[in-house]
Amino acid sequence: MANKTILTGWGRTSPSVAELLRPGAEAELTPLVLAPGGRGMIARGLGRSYGDPAQNAGGLVLDMTGLAAIGPVRDGYVTVEAGVSLHRLMRELVPEGWFPPVTPATRQVTVGGAVAADIHGRNHHIDGSFGSHVTALDLLGADGVTRTLTPADPDFWATVGGMGLTGVITKATIRLTPIETSRMIVNTWKCRDLESVMTRLTQADLAHRYTAAWVDCLSRQGRGVVEGADHARQGAARSFRARGFEASPGFLPVGLLNRHTMSLVNRGLYATTKRESVQVRPLASFFHPLDRVGHWNRLYGPRGLVQYQFVVPMGAEQTLMKIVERIRRSHAASFQTVLKRFGPGSGGWLSFPTPGWSLALDFPTTTKGLAWLLDRLDELVAEAGGRVYLAKDSRLRPELLPVMYPGLAAFRERRRELDPRLVFQSDLARRLSL
Amino acid sequence: MKNAFGEPQSLLIVGGASEIAMATAMRLVRRRVRRVILAGRPSPARDAAAVRLAEAGASVETADFDAFRVEEHAKVIGDVFAGGDVDVALVACGLLGDADLDPLKAADVAMVNYVGAMTAAIVCADAMRRQTHGALVVFSSVSAGRPTAADFLYASAKSGLDAFARGLTEALRGSGVHVMVVRPGFVRTRLTRGVTPPAIATSPETVAGAVLDGLRAKSGVVWVPGILGQLTRLPGSVVRRITG
Repeated sequence: MANKTILTGWGRTSPSVAELLRPGAEAELTPLVLAPGGRGMIARGLGRSYGDPAQNAGGLVLDMTGLAAIGPVRDGYVTVEAGVSLHRLMRELVPEGWFPPVTPATRQVTVGGAVAADIHGRNHHIDGSFGSHVTALDLLGADGVTRTLTPADPDFWATVGGMGLTGVITKATIRLTPIETSRMIVNTWKCRDLESVMTRLTQADLAHRYTAAWVDCLSRQGRGVVEGADHARQGAARSFRARGFEASPGFLPVGLLNRHTMSLVNRGLYATTKRESVQVRPLASFFHPLDRVGHWNRLYGPRGLVQYQFVVPMGAEQTLMKIVERIRRSHAASFQTVLKRFGPGSGGWLSFPTPGWSLALDFPTTTKGLAWLLDRLDELVAEAGGRVYLAKDSRLRPELLPVMYPGLAAFRERRRELDPRLVFQSDLARRLSL
Repeated sequence: MKNAFGEPQSLLIVGGASEIAMATAMRLVRRRVRRVILAGRPSPARDAAAVRLAEAGASVETADFDAFRVEEHAKVIGDVFAGGDVDVALVACGLLGDADLDPLKAADVAMVNYVGAMTAAIVCADAMRRQTHGALVVFSSVSAGRPTAADFLYASAKSGLDAFARGLTEALRGSGVHVMVVRPGFVRTRLTRGVTPPAIATSPETVAGAVLDGLRAKSGVVWVPGILGQLTRLPGSVVRRITG
């Protein structure tokens, strides 16, 4: 095999070997799709999914970052190629007064990936997920034909959240958010226990477009900090000058992230946060805490990290609290724990966000008893009618997937109609029998 | 596909369901293995094994595999891989034989323990090389390096298989495929009931545990119990007394 490359997700678990190709133009993709080889292919963006959706052991992986054209903005809509990153989109469009409709905690994701995972951000309770702002997308199917799909087409909703398995997304037209400045007005509240975090977050959702809470899972009470923010309307001119470090500092010893150091850091963060404050902050500082340190995933050592994000419906607050308590008692240490309330889902068949409470956690893979703990949490989540996020999953039991995603049966059926030879394949698809 | 914790989800057992293979399979099914393929001769034992594994939660398929029919191996095992990736394959064809120096019985022992096991392993290795992942577990024996008057036919066949598997490990380096040679000592099973166990004997459960540990650690050679690996440095006469 030419260009054999070992690929992993951002969590750096489950490496697999594939042939990696970086097409420079859409026309180069068609012959590849028509002669797929025995192990198929999958599109890959910037590799920020934590698990294995952008890996394809023994097959072909298409690095899409070569398709990176940005069209002109017309009436608040822009058509871009799938390999364009949100980082570039912000750099180009923020000065013109436009912001991506949805951004996750990192800018280093491509538009193709954002559609395929139907990503969400802190404005989900108001604006929904990324797919809700896509008005058209070009999909190169297994038959080698590119179709333009709109939300009126069911295949659009198989593709939004479809983890790249319906075809290669080559272009998308996105509705942008107009902004007047490149600053955020950020309100912060410190809450002493989980219940008050949840109450405060619910209140913040009523008043602010962007909200989220950080929860200290190692503290007995589940204390945390809630943020509610909006785009500043007056003041500073629009500019976008965010950049992170190229890499995490190399001198940090492996294993620095453990329960004791995290507990210490959490205590420090909590102690230095004012009880209530209002700040004006640049966009990147508010939206993209994960981009402050490049390759921060390496801090977790060679075995990497396991992300766990779930959502349970509104009304399942008891389940959420039970899960947080179980994590605390297990002594598994999550460094970045983020609580968010979701609004209505987009309609993507395998799209993750659904109305309810979402909690995202990350653990070093080597955490003792972690595999067992997460299996138990899955059961609680499924029982409550919730689900885990495929863009972050790397270890779910396949049999729980249909319980969590009622749209899975339809997705499986449609995928086999669109792609009977299973040209589009990934490690995730094999692991979870998508 | 294996998950983030390195736990396999599909398992192929070549050579029917020995007690060791079943103990290993049950442990793997209790974790993440969901698809199990029992490749062996149709028999009540294979059916019973399928029922046990299904009750433990696996979806079980059977494939008619006969160690003697080497010309069918590529097709039988090829079909298994065509049905989906195999994360772990246990090559556990075994026939103890007896101490009679009957040439035809000796040929059978060599066919099952060496030739049939080797051809099956080659087909598995090739399929895993194409999927660029998977673990191939080859059951050798401590007797491969220490033949005795009671078991040297069996030992000679295992010795050939052992050498083959170690060579295969080298041949597959960098392919993403993990080859592991397991060398159990005397194992108390139905087959060895009535035989007085030597000083160091082990159980199918212990072997299964060692296989799982070896898979996790990506070991090349696993001795069960581990102490046997150290004993190889002692003179043969001493080792025979301890291991039987």
